[in-house]
Amino acid sequence: MKGSRIELPRAAVGLSRWRRFRAAIDWPLVITILLICLAGLLNLYSATHGTKHHSKFDQQLRWMIVGSIVFVVTTMVDYRALVRLAWPIVIGAIGLLVVVRLLGEGAHSKGSYRWLNVGPLGIQPSEFAKLAIILGLAKLALDAEVTKMSTNELGLKVAALVIPVGLIAAQPDLGTATLLTLIILTVGFLTMVNVRPMVYVTLGGLLVVPLFWEMMHAYQKNRILAFIDPGNDPTGTGWHTRQSIFAVGSGRFWGKGFGEGTQNQFDFLPEHWTDFPYSVLAEEWGFAGSVALLLVFGFLLVWIMNVALTARDRTGAVICVGVGAMTFWHVVVNIAMVLGLAPVVGVTLPFISYGGSSLLVFFAAMGLVANVSLRKHGY
Amino acid sequence: MQLRGGTSMHGAPALMVLHRRAKWAALLFIVFFLVLIGRLWQLQVLRGDSYYQRTVSNVVRERFLPSVRGKILDRNGVPLADNRPAFNIYVTPSQFKDPSRSALARLLGLADEELETIDARVAVGIKRDAKSPVVVLEDQGRDRAALVEQAKSTIPGVEVRHEPYRYYPQGQLAAHLVGYMNQMRAAEFDRLVAQGYDSNELIGRWGLEAAWENYLRGKKGVERFAVDARGKQLDDATAATLISGPRVVDAIPGANLVLTIDGDLQKAAERFVAPHAAASVVVVEVKTGKLLAMVSRPAFDPNVMTGHLTRAEETLLLSDPRKPFIDKTVGATYPPGSVFKFVTTLTALSDGQAVEDESIVCNGHYAVPGDEAHPQSCNAVHGKLDLVGAIQHSCNVYFWELAYRVGLDAMAAVARDYGFGVPSNLGINGDAPGRIPTKEWYSQRGKYVLGNATNAATGQGDVEVSVLQMAMAYVALANGGTLFVPQVVDRVVSNDGRAIVTYEPKAVRQIRTPLDALDVWRRGMFKVMNEAGGTGFDHVPKSDVVTILGKTGTAEVRKKKKKDDTERDVDGWHPSYSHAWFAGWAPADEPEIAIVVMIEHGGSGGKVATPIAKELFEYYMTKTRSKKSAGPNPGAGTGSAAGSNAAGAP
Repeated sequence: MKGSRIELPRAAVGLSRWRRFRAAIDWPLVITILLICLAGLLNLYSATHGTKHHSKFDQQLRWMIVGSIVFVVTTMVDYRALVRLAWPIVIGAIGLLVVVRLLGEGAHSKGSYRWLNVGPLGIQPSEFAKLAIILGLAKLALDAEVTKMSTNELGLKVAALVIPVGLIAAQPDLGTATLLTLIILTVGFLTMVNVRPMVYVTLGGLLVVPLFWEMMHAYQKNRILAFIDPGNDPTGTGWHTRQSIFAVGSGRFWGKGFGEGTQNQFDFLPEHWTDFPYSVLAEEWGFAGSVALLLVFGFLLVWIMNVALTARDRTGAVICVGVGAMTFWHVVVNIAMVLGLAPVVGVTLPFISYGGSSLLVFFAAMGLVANVSLRKHGY
Repeated sequence: MQLRGGTSMHGAPALMVLHRRAKWAALLFIVFFLVLIGRLWQLQVLRGDSYYQRTVSNVVRERFLPSVRGKILDRNGVPLADNRPAFNIYVTPSQFKDPSRSALARLLGLADEELETIDARVAVGIKRDAKSPVVVLEDQGRDRAALVEQAKSTIPGVEVRHEPYRYYPQGQLAAHLVGYMNQMRAAEFDRLVAQGYDSNELIGRWGLEAAWENYLRGKKGVERFAVDARGKQLDDATAATLISGPRVVDAIPGANLVLTIDGDLQKAAERFVAPHAAASVVVVEVKTGKLLAMVSRPAFDPNVMTGHLTRAEETLLLSDPRKPFIDKTVGATYPPGSVFKFVTTLTALSDGQAVEDESIVCNGHYAVPGDEAHPQSCNAVHGKLDLVGAIQHSCNVYFWELAYRVGLDAMAAVARDYGFGVPSNLGINGDAPGRIPTKEWYSQRGKYVLGNATNAATGQGDVEVSVLQMAMAYVALANGGTLFVPQVVDRVVSNDGRAIVTYEPKAVRQIRTPLDALDVWRRGMFKVMNEAGGTGFDHVPKSDVVTILGKTGTAEVRKKKKKDDTERDVDGWHPSYSHAWFAGWAPADEPEIAIVVMIEHGGSGGKVATPIAKELFEYYMTKTRSKKSAGPNPGAGTGSAAGSNAAGAP
């Protein structure tokens, strides 16, 4: 047996491995992601071409290449190994959130501590915290099944998942904190055998909301007030929402055409490449293009759910549900914000929004899904 | 490896609970996506067109192109109001923040007052539309314009425009008649914008500028251009794709007004009254009712009023007790004094209560029958006078006696016939009706007494008339009873010279005064000016250029109660002095012009007003008249031509 292995040329081994990998890789998932990335790049090109922001296109392309590598890596490394490291990863995320609190570049975003400068790169620990929490949720599900945890241990572990939410809310980054809460609740409701504790937590959380309002910063309150009454402050907080609605609506059914969006081209939407790329797309591609992109996201979500349902183990299923929930809420909250149905919060549109942190996190997350998909047949 | 995170048999689901709840996940997914798609449908399909329009207006802006305002020309074509190019500094409020403001202040070395003006204009601009430029500094010098032009890239929101600007080449000449313009006020913004004004346009405020606004203003044009969110103008190719319809709609220039006023005569009249603190002069063509000159002194410089009035100048004008903003020819009324006596004379003659050769003895005072305890004093002890002599000496006793005979209401009726008590219909500057009291008027305010009638007989008491009314009445006396509507605009001419409207003289009515009664009054007027004892002749030697008929008046004023706090002292201004009047015409045999001079608080009519009138008559006969007959347009006002005009009038 040993001899036969030696006889095989190295290239042949690589080749057969590649063939096996290619057969097992989740191609519909990969192609859907590439499709969305392509739409995002086109959109970014239209939004920045010929402006002083044109370098953002190249930057985004570089992030996508890096993201693809991240995707391959998170696909290859067995997810069960990752889940075993879930608690260290969660603690690492908490550590980063504390560091950003202490050292972060407050000036970057309205005085809130979101960014951490690592060399030339700005990273947002809160984005990576989402992945850590998804892994933590998977680990928690695994532990709960394998061992009978003491109440203390369970409490500690739940706390470990809730602490990042609190830290992010305190940054303050209400959008991400809300999103994390939604992810945790969605995963809980869909995967826990006994949902009663989740119901209590949800109801309790709703009671705390008024208290939260009191603790919020003025600009956060303004955003929410502006959302309730957008006509109130046209050049201030409501401006984004109003201009975004104008942009979307003015696209009509077929759109103004690629590069023809006046709202976009003439900078009526500040920073539209990060939080408002969908309004650029809606202006230039109209109802047809807007719905098409939504349907592609819909297919992605259905596919992720499919992977979850056919996963070989509980851990894999929970990971997929977590990634699906994250993607779903990002898409819904971002587009609702663009359409004036939700307050302006910094929630990105997966693979479309400009920015490295968001891209890398989603590539990694999709890598996890591909990972689960790859191993469902015992790879 | 101990990777047994779940014990799944092949084909059996790893997470049964997920399979059971998958339908909830699907429901969540479908509901949210349907809401988003529904919202997209609402915004893009149902409301898409309206949003599309709004995004177009987001980028397409309009800049108004001012129309060239019509000129105001005197009858010889000399401009009284004209336009010249000027540099106006505009500011776009949305971009004009503190750094721009201080940069501009430093660049131009703006005075505090100018900064206050800028702030006020910007504040008004923000309320209208923060993204449209507002003019903040008008008619700036070339130096400032060049400075701003050079620095405009470093001072956001500031620009210079080269635009036609109203100016008045003759300065104060006929200032009240011509009027002035200034910026629209916040309160009238909505109404004027609805009439097609741009918020930066000046509005005619006074005189003809205000009254003939609609002919003068023309129609503004529009230039459309495209901007991005920062207000930066986009290049033409981009603009062409965004703008539907024409890029530029040219402005239509306003029409010119040609006046009946003779600029030179006006100038002479203003020069003659210049020594007096306050005065009013009206010169009218007897056979047409066309005004040749209209002086109201003190006046103002319309160039200053049009956008250049500083606060100090404004305070000075407003604190002037002579009230420079009141047009003393039409907008103010005065007791007329003895020039009003023609009303008494004509009433008595046509009622048969007087005959020309009846003599009445004046012993210096007169007691109203029934009120002998309070005799009124005459201006002199005249002795025995007939009616013409009474006119010549302006003997009050004679007219008091006539008033006693005819009564107040009969005199009031004749006064109204001659146009008193109602607006003159010149249509500018607050056409004041004046006041012709009747018995009823007095009863409403207390008690009528006979003294009211005797006061009215000499143009005192509660009789108030405007100088223009008096002039039109004397025109009627001169031309045999035709009361004209005073006319100051001869025709409206388009910018390229086409006549748009030509106004014919218009009579109010033919007054049915018996011609022999008129003749008696005229003989009195002749004696006033041409025979010893005449109130004019005694102070002013008779003219050797032309025979003047005239009547003087010295109208007493009620003592002023108390000086207003805001008023300042003015040299030669004595509010307790009488008003000095002269009313008359010339030449005697073939009257051409009537002149009324009123020197406000000037004293004696014979001493003060009559010399001015005489100078003016002589000026007319020697300068204006010869110019007319020699000029290119002889039909405009010589006696015979004017006569034919009058004949053609209704």
